Amino acid sequence: MVKVRLWGTLRQWTDGQAEVDVEGRTFKEVLDALAAAYPGLGPQIKRGVSLAVDGVIYRDAWFQPVDPGAEVVLMPFMKGG
Amino acid sequence: MALDDKKTRFKYVGTTPNRPDGVDKVTGKAQYGADITAPGMLTAAILRSPHAHAKIVSIDASAALAMPGVRAVVTGADFLDHEDAFFADVSETCMAKGKALYDGHPVAAVAATTPAIAKAAVRAIKVEYAPLPHVTDVDEAMKPSAPIVLEGRALEHVPAGMSQNVTNTCEFGHGDVEAGFAKADLVLERSFKVSATHQGYIEPQACLASFAADGRADLWCCTQGQFFVRALCSQIVGMEASQLRVTPSEIGGGFGGKTTVFIEPVALMLSKKSGRPVKVVMTRDEVFKATGPTVHASVDCKIGMTKDGRITAGDMTLRYSGGAWPSGTIEMGAQAGFAAYDMPAVRTVGWTALTNRPKEISYRAPGAPQAVYAVEALIDEMCQKLNLDPVETRLKNAARAGTLSSYGVTFQEIGMVATLEAAKAHPHWSAPLGPNQGRGVAAGFWFNFGGNTCVSLNISTDGTVSVTEGNPDIGGSRAAISLMAAEELGVPYESVRTIVADTASLGYNDNTDGSRVTFAVGLATIKAAREAIKVMCQRAAAFWGIDAEAVEWIDGAAHPAGPNAGKFPPMSLAEIAAMSFQTGGPIAGHHEVNVDGAGVSFGVHICDVEVDPETGFTKVLRYTVAQDAGKAVHPQYVEGQMQGGAVQGIGWALNEEYIYGADGRLQNAGFLDYRIPVASDLPKIDTVILEIPNPGHPYGVRGVGETPIVPPLAAVTNAVSRAIGKRMYQVPMSPPRILTTIKG
Repeated sequence: MVKVRLWGTLRQWTDGQAEVDVEGRTFKEVLDALAAAYPGLGPQIKRGVSLAVDGVIYRDAWFQPVDPGAEVVLMPFMKGG
Repeated sequence: MALDDKKTRFKYVGTTPNRPDGVDKVTGKAQYGADITAPGMLTAAILRSPHAHAKIVSIDASAALAMPGVRAVVTGADFLDHEDAFFADVSETCMAKGKALYDGHPVAAVAATTPAIAKAAVRAIKVEYAPLPHVTDVDEAMKPSAPIVLEGRALEHVPAGMSQNVTNTCEFGHGDVEAGFAKADLVLERSFKVSATHQGYIEPQACLASFAADGRADLWCCTQGQFFVRALCSQIVGMEASQLRVTPSEIGGGFGGKTTVFIEPVALMLSKKSGRPVKVVMTRDEVFKATGPTVHASVDCKIGMTKDGRITAGDMTLRYSGGAWPSGTIEMGAQAGFAAYDMPAVRTVGWTALTNRPKEISYRAPGAPQAVYAVEALIDEMCQKLNLDPVETRLKNAARAGTLSSYGVTFQEIGMVATLEAAKAHPHWSAPLGPNQGRGVAAGFWFNFGGNTCVSLNISTDGTVSVTEGNPDIGGSRAAISLMAAEELGVPYESVRTIVADTASLGYNDNTDGSRVTFAVGLATIKAAREAIKVMCQRAAAFWGIDAEAVEWIDGAAHPAGPNAGKFPPMSLAEIAAMSFQTGGPIAGHHEVNVDGAGVSFGVHICDVEVDPETGFTKVLRYTVAQDAGKAVHPQYVEGQMQGGAVQGIGWALNEEYIYGADGRLQNAGFLDYRIPVASDLPKIDTVILEIPNPGHPYGVRGVGETPIVPPLAAVTNAVSRAIGKRMYQVPMSPPRILTTIKG
């Protein structure tokens, strides 16, 4: 089980919860589990998100391992200029 | 050396050799977008809407098509309809379909045998418009009564009942904000305005497209990302990506503004219709009117602080508009605003609204300068009211390892405290000031990222090295990449040549943006070099008749490793390369990766100004930038990035802005009326490079290009406000605005 911290906008899709627990061992498994457990998150995840694992921000890293005790934060997809 | 080994002692990295593109640029040989030509080439001109918002009732191009020399006309009807909103939006920025959404929106284009004929033909096209009410200000656009720019574009999480112009909202933060304010001795709330600015690159967009009869096409253009151009154009034009080869020219600046397409699909369509190569070169007027500026912003910021300077809570509402199409920049600004500080309670709410302006395109740290400006200016005002030192106050609240950031991530080792300490220790901070002078300080933050990257590194038989990478070189990346290849291989910098490949020659590379190239391409180059070293060690081992594991690479040569490997003289890279045909064939290394682990970056800027109380004119007297840059591969280029970002931010703070008239038309589409700072306006920008290693890179490199544009808006504002004795709440602080504030 992984505890995922969400940004505020998304809490309307998780019954107001700022953190949710999902099963997942990798970046993709965590996102798939989030979309399955909270379908309202689906459109945002499909548009693109980043996932910070223990302070390192990952984009599109499907196979990045996510340990059960890790700090996992869902973030918007990073972009730059 | 294993693929993931870190390196901390350097021979070439950290030196400052001449840039490899320097001779071509100073002798005029470098080929920019407008320099590309082809036999039989046509020239295109684009017809643009004179209305801020209008229905296109009809377009009659018959007179233009009948003119001698005109070979093709395209309108929105020639472009595909896309179900995917992203591609549809990009396509419609290139050519309007049904509605013109801003002053300067393309509605038709002509390809002709001469530029004069193309321009005359554009004038001969008859367009019937039905003008619609327009809105160009974000606060006005959010009102329920505002003219609707596009319908049905709000994301699912936008509350019902708002204007349809409101397309996105976001919220970040943690803690009990109201409880935090209750603990404060001083709570201040202020509203700020930030104008849209243009990236201001010197080279206007230019391209040449050539469509072959069999459906293949070539495109030469100035861009920050040839692979992204290929992806966009192949979708918009309707062709397979592999049938379109995109070759980037040298680039005269981008700063985020060349991370998309404006003219390339138009040139391709005209070439497809005419069967001839077609060249498009934008004028400066067109660049201002129809290529992306930044978002413009309206910000409410509230901070609570104790008497001794501890921030107890922060609350901010950001309203951004990225023009006539939805924009995601608000999320970056909302995350960055308070990121430099350890906040017990923080909330940032963002909104995006459509306006009748051109589509926003990224500009160095997109979204961050607007949000950080409000936070840093308000902190400075609170320091004044509480009689606190602004650097010490920032140090007291600085984010550090273990801080829960305002965007939800706990920081690892970061450089915020180090940059503040560097600013505090700099002689600039304690230098005396004269009459009408003021000193401002401000911090800034940016995320940085890596992204998709491919590098091919080839060892030539004469012992020299070529590196092929896929990112246009804006800030000196070819030199930085050559330095890293030289470092890893142990050969002189002069033995390495790095080139930027076209889309047919290398796998996909993300744009040159996000401060990613020296970090990500450098990482891939190092790993490609380590692969080549592995091959060279194998060749040496085979030559000596020992196991490959018994060979190590030291300072540009293979050495037998350990007492049991046998006694052989070291074999240099050149010697191994010379026998490569006889020992197994050419030697190369490759690395393909989607890089993460870029590492965030912080900067602190100090600015001194003198304000003329009679005219409101501001002179920047002294400016210092301290930044956590990671390992500086080519320190002069790092310094250049820090200086360039600061200068662009100074321009934003003092003069640069998009000015729209009541008719919704842009009033200052040229460098005469849109004033960017030039060398004679500025002092030398002093720099302090702090090399705090990024653990996500073999050499500790992190991005440096974007962070330096984040602090200047507030650094200059704080200096001006202290110089005139009154606070300023809007940028740019043009002389009339300063005079108005002085006079109260």
